[in-house]
Amino acid sequence: MSSAVATHAHPPTSTGLDHRKIAIWAFIGSECMLFASLISTYLIYKGRSLVGPFPHEACDPPKCATHLNAILNIPVTSMSTFVLLMSSLAMVLALAAVENKGKPGYEGVLGSSKLWLLVTAILGTTFLGFQAYEFTSFVHEGLTIRTNLFGSSFFTLTGFHGAHVTAGVLWLLTLLAIDMKRGLGPKDALLVDISALYWHFVDVVWIAIFTLVYLIK
Amino acid sequence: MQDEEFKHTNPEIDIHAMGEMHEHPTWKEYKWVALILTVITVIEVWIYYTPFAQHALFVPALLLMSAVKFAIVVLFYMHLKYDHKLFKALFTGPLIIAMATLISLLFLFASHPKPK
Repeated sequence: MSSAVATHAHPPTSTGLDHRKIAIWAFIGSECMLFASLISTYLIYKGRSLVGPFPHEACDPPKCATHLNAILNIPVTSMSTFVLLMSSLAMVLALAAVENKGKPGYEGVLGSSKLWLLVTAILGTTFLGFQAYEFTSFVHEGLTIRTNLFGSSFFTLTGFHGAHVTAGVLWLLTLLAIDMKRGLGPKDALLVDISALYWHFVDVVWIAIFTLVYLIK
Repeated sequence: MQDEEFKHTNPEIDIHAMGEMHEHPTWKEYKWVALILTVITVIEVWIYYTPFAQHALFVPALLLMSAVKFAIVVLFYMHLKYDHKLFKALFTGPLIIAMATLISLLFLFASHPKPK
């Protein structure tokens, strides 16, 4: 351990690792199981809806009162997926800016943690905007959480994910407020690292949802 | 435990508490990771609209690409490749349980007849 490290020593732990980072990884592990149960429920109910609208197929009478098109909008969701992937890039750049503040090569835009935190929050909010648009259009097309098994499992799964993104955006805005008030530097790297881990986890969950829910027919 | 030889280029960072075993990637490497993730996503969406979507290998191909994206984000963006082995255990342990539960439930319910 370097002498500089010793000056910022965290409270002693049996592993030598900060409790907060162990806690976030344990939390992420538990979240894996939560989302696995929600994805399992979606996949088990897939193709078992008695009435439309259906995700990938059109619905005609007598199953539906009128003709209903396949409800999933792949182009829109592909865009929101891209937005979330880019938010992960902005998040790692925010962490790198905090870790390397004042170092050569991290001047200007690249070293601005405020900018990258703001960009991440904006991209996260954009993703939520796409989700709000999707949910609204589904309701207008006759799919609610009570319509059929697809609606119940779809809104529960993507709604839980959206709630996680919302929490992540609030977390990012909190960090941004701290950064604007007193500035985030290398000593605060752990704080940003923990929020980045949560944000990337939200991203990897969406990677799974996008494939399993939207692309697999 | 900690690799005593590794020291972060910024001495103010408490690498020991953060569990970093190696230096994190640079922004140039992050840029390449983002490009790879984007290309894989474009391929996923593209094959959805091609006749390959009717092929038996469509679903395995999608699952493989999704798994690669998942692994890239976890290893590089979440720095699990560079971090302490305890963090790897805390993530992969529950992930294995989650995957086993998902696959078990799918097999369990596969025998239930679907409505016509």
